[in-house]
Amino acid sequence: MAAFLASINYNTWILPALLIIPTIGSLIVWLHGAVAGQGEAASMTARRLTLWILILEFIVSIGLWWSLDQQNAQWQAVFDKPWIEAWGTRFTVGVDGLSVMMVLLTTLLMPLAILGGWTSVRKKVHGYHSLMLILTTGMLGVFVAKDLFLFYVMWEVMLVPMYFIIGIWGGERRIYASLKFFVYTMAASLLMLVAIVYLGVAAGEPLGRPTFDYDAILALNLSPTASFWLFGAFFLAFAVKVPMFPFHTWLPDAHVEAPTAGSVILAGILLKLGTYGFLRIALPFFPGVAMYPWVRTTIIVLAVIGVIYGSLVALVQPDIKKLVAYSSVAHLGFVMLGIFALTVESVQGALMVMIGHGLSTGALFLLVGIIYERTHTRLIDDYGGIAKVVPLFATILTIVALSSIGLPGTNGFVAEFLVMIGAFRTYPILTVLSATGVILAAAYLLWALQRMIYNKLDKPANKTLPDLNWREFGLLVPILVGILWLGVYPKPVLDRMEASAQKLVEDVGRNAERQRASMMLGGR
Amino acid sequence: MLLPGVPVQEAAGAAHPLAGTVADLVWLVPVLPFIGFLVNGMLSLLPATHMGPADPAAAGHDHGHAGEGDADYGHDDHHVARHPYHRIVSLVGPAVLGIAFALTVGIFFALSGAHAEEPFVRTLFPWLVTGDLHLNAALQVDQLSIVMTLVVTGVGFLIHVFSVGYMQDDPGYPRYFAYLNLFVFFMLVLVLGASYPVLFVGWEGVGLCSYLLIGYWYSDKANADAGKKAFVMNRIGDFGFLVAMFLLFANLGVLDFVGVSGRAAELGEGSAVITAVGLFFFLGCAGKSAQIPLYTWLPDAMAGPTPVSALIHAATMVTAGVYLVARSSAIFALAPVASLTVALVGAITALFAATIGLKQWDIKKVLAYSTVSQLGYMFIGVGVGAYAAGVFHLVTHAFFKALLFLGSGSVIFAMHRAYHHTGSHADAQDMRNMGGLRKYLPWTFGLMWVATLAIAGIPPLSGFFSKDEILASVFARRSHSTLAEASLLGIPGSVLLTFIYVIGLAAALLTAIYMTRMMLYTFHGPNRSGDAERQELREAPWVMTGPLVVLGVLSAVGGYLNFPAFFGSVGQKLHHWLEPVTGASALHITHGEEAHLAVGTELALIGLAVLIALGGMAYAYARLKPAALVPKAQSPESTGIERLLEHKYYVDEAYDRAIVKPVVGLSRRVLWRGLDAGVIDGLLVNGSGFLMRGLGWVGARLQSGQVGTYAWVLVIGVLAVLGAFSLT
Repeated sequence: MAAFLASINYNTWILPALLIIPTIGSLIVWLHGAVAGQGEAASMTARRLTLWILILEFIVSIGLWWSLDQQNAQWQAVFDKPWIEAWGTRFTVGVDGLSVMMVLLTTLLMPLAILGGWTSVRKKVHGYHSLMLILTTGMLGVFVAKDLFLFYVMWEVMLVPMYFIIGIWGGERRIYASLKFFVYTMAASLLMLVAIVYLGVAAGEPLGRPTFDYDAILALNLSPTASFWLFGAFFLAFAVKVPMFPFHTWLPDAHVEAPTAGSVILAGILLKLGTYGFLRIALPFFPGVAMYPWVRTTIIVLAVIGVIYGSLVALVQPDIKKLVAYSSVAHLGFVMLGIFALTVESVQGALMVMIGHGLSTGALFLLVGIIYERTHTRLIDDYGGIAKVVPLFATILTIVALSSIGLPGTNGFVAEFLVMIGAFRTYPILTVLSATGVILAAAYLLWALQRMIYNKLDKPANKTLPDLNWREFGLLVPILVGILWLGVYPKPVLDRMEASAQKLVEDVGRNAERQRASMMLGGR
Repeated sequence: MLLPGVPVQEAAGAAHPLAGTVADLVWLVPVLPFIGFLVNGMLSLLPATHMGPADPAAAGHDHGHAGEGDADYGHDDHHVARHPYHRIVSLVGPAVLGIAFALTVGIFFALSGAHAEEPFVRTLFPWLVTGDLHLNAALQVDQLSIVMTLVVTGVGFLIHVFSVGYMQDDPGYPRYFAYLNLFVFFMLVLVLGASYPVLFVGWEGVGLCSYLLIGYWYSDKANADAGKKAFVMNRIGDFGFLVAMFLLFANLGVLDFVGVSGRAAELGEGSAVITAVGLFFFLGCAGKSAQIPLYTWLPDAMAGPTPVSALIHAATMVTAGVYLVARSSAIFALAPVASLTVALVGAITALFAATIGLKQWDIKKVLAYSTVSQLGYMFIGVGVGAYAAGVFHLVTHAFFKALLFLGSGSVIFAMHRAYHHTGSHADAQDMRNMGGLRKYLPWTFGLMWVATLAIAGIPPLSGFFSKDEILASVFARRSHSTLAEASLLGIPGSVLLTFIYVIGLAAALLTAIYMTRMMLYTFHGPNRSGDAERQELREAPWVMTGPLVVLGVLSAVGGYLNFPAFFGSVGQKLHHWLEPVTGASALHITHGEEAHLAVGTELALIGLAVLIALGGMAYAYARLKPAALVPKAQSPESTGIERLLEHKYYVDEAYDRAIVKPVVGLSRRVLWRGLDAGVIDGLLVNGSGFLMRGLGWVGARLQSGQVGTYAWVLVIGVLAVLGAFSLT
């Protein structure tokens, strides 16, 4: 496989191709809508078109699995072209172990999300699919950007379609939720823009023009004060995105109001952009600040609060979508713990949670969407005993919930186990506290499971629920395969991330030491 | 090889005498039941599943098949047409276990022929490999794991056969066997895993299957509740297991048994770390093996089908904690405080559960508390470093308790059939509705008496030898042992061991009483089932009684496995068998000498124990008058201490008030409504938004338009830039 990919120069064109395919696709779908109108047949064409574009995108992206050198922790498949020369921005993209699995997760989840909304999105179908395709470009762009200005542009590009997806195709309180989502993340990311411009200018000083190249900025020797404020700006942008406690309240609203595909993408991918930002930017650029004892401890404390608090609040949610949303706060708390504990095992674990949560929670939202489409209620108490009428749905929901609980044999266990066993070496007590989240996760998910699919089938409306159809079953199968594969044989995935995780841990650790020796950050 | 402090060489598969023998196929042992799970799972889902219409919304709610869902899952006595695939399920379910058992027997003979002092580790594939962590999916064949595997597959096979008769008329028959096979798969991973994390996979997996099987008749909320309670309480224990693993990895950098055993001494004998590791592991054991304070799930777990209670909640899963302590003997031997805690908690649990067993009316509840109590006994054994004695009791208990549960299953089966025939809704598990069943179920009657005498400790039945071995071990370790010289909470170990011995005797007394009570009320005296029902009471088919006979024989002669040392060359077989695994640790606790009592002392102790057992039985026989019992419906409420025992000391209620309600209340009122919706979202987020809006009042009307416009400009701008770039 690798030889074949080399023969077609795969690495030289794959990343721009991944960004261009959905962009062009978006234009095509939009134009088709303008020409063919909004009829039923035209809408179906838009769905099919989008699905095939995203399947093509996925197939093209799979080559990354083989084409990257696992031993190499550097940027690979780099593509670099001048962009806006006057500003010093370049169109530079690349991947490494930190981002390659995120790219593949995105290309996998997108067609599934489209299939998930196949019959539930019935208005402005072209617009919806056009936005979904742009969203794909934006998310992939963030994961592969090697130029910080490009990173910022992509960051905003993905914000806009999501705003519309929630605001137009969302639930009853969609306007409130979408505005909250937009203002929250926009406000937080504006500070990031300022920080990026500052960095670009500073890095460009020797050249006489700004440069936003990742490696150039990485090589900067910033003053402690500047580092501190810049870290703060990035922290805010990323922490809102993750979301970390207490910046999380946009998430339940956005999740609940978003259409199924929106929730899947929000939970599956968008949240990971925040943690990815920490891994890619906040830690490597400002190791002295990030690893400064009280900063680091504060962030880990917030992460552990997120785990416990998210779980406890999830426990009492009457709305299943809100429950899943709060469970995301808990899972992402594990990611932050893994990142800031900064051991190879814990960072690998954090990356595994990022992938695994994308699958499990993505699947949970798909399943909730599937049942909502039949009953039009998200209230757990409106269900009960439905395993008897929808056995296939119940079986798959159980498997997915168990992976979210972290049952061994599924992705959830591997990921959380790695985070905790690694984090225990640097933060034993906080890690032990976070481990109580393992108990709470079982409590809230099994309780919800019981009230939905077990107990007595006592609601008349539920007695005639149709089970999954072939489309729904088919779109869940790849996720189930992923859940079990990552739980039983995660080695190929871990291997692909190992070198980069190792490099991150070593570089940040070493640079933090160096910076600490040369600076005094106290008194703030 | 387990001698603490002596570095051991890695067990190299290639050089091992078992390499190239049938032991290479050890992976098949768990894989066989897994295949059974897949087959039965398919057979369960395929006929039940009706794929929905392509467009769920357009179809409305008309499509469906509600008519089929009317089968009553709520109770044992649903007589619905047999499942279309019941024949193939009846074949596959038990057969995979039978083959696995045969294979295990082969491995057992290979192992006993090889005289292997080192465990045979069969690495299957790398599992978690990152940073300093190198974990393989590997199975370990040694004297301990093979004993456990024999019990799991052997007793498991008998219970599977029994299940064919017991569950055949259940509409969810394939689902039942799928869960049961899956359970055996995870249980085998648990006992065969070569490292703590692999063991943990099985450990949590059996918890899952326990959850699924307890809640098997899930339409009844009480059953689903019981399953959930079991899972969550087990998870509290699993939390301990996880922390123990974290401690081991942080301090030793290894998690496989060979590595940990070899390097446990590096943690320092009696050090805080090794004590903490032991105590956290024991928290896991308390959850899985239903010890104080995490025992309350096990009696509730009786909501599952009775063969499940026999297999999971008596013979195998609940003994996993005992296995874990024996498996970690190298750690516990160096952590006397942790070991004493294990023994003390085991002793208190043994007595406490036995008192509750005295006043239960549900025949399965009596057996459930008996199981909790007997598990306590096993923990006394492994706690005082008599690992072989603990495992011995584990094995004999698997025989006689499986027999008791399956026997009670026969009784319930007969009662159900009778009540169903007459349309009565009386409780088929309440002993007040039974009585005099010996006439109707003679085989069950006789075999259950064998098991009762065994559990009460009457010679020469199996339970007598295993219980006596534990008590004698406690007695012997009161001096010349690291435990006697240590202290727990300021109390000298020697005093504690004496106390544990006395409690052990007291629990033995109560065991004899409550078991005799159960037998008297069930099988003796007049029948209270009702006149019409009485005509329908009869013995179960041979597919159910057959396994009882086999277990009866095993319960009777199981003592052969480990006769006392004074029997000479036929004695101590299991003890010697397990020596390569636990021998060094056991010796370490007794300062390098075998902890044998003088023959005279031992005989005196045996005499005392037997007298106590006989006394208990005689007391129960003299005091309890089955003839005076009235059926449940006419029974008065009990009062005073009886009421306290009947309500299990109100521990469930206390946990509910002290833990469950406060946590839910705190989460709902304080964290969610108060902090999340109130302070963070209400005050800070929306508050600041409101403030901004006030400031920008002039532009307020345009606000949402502005965002939209901005957004579109951004999209178009990006498209333009990207487009321009792609042209260059």
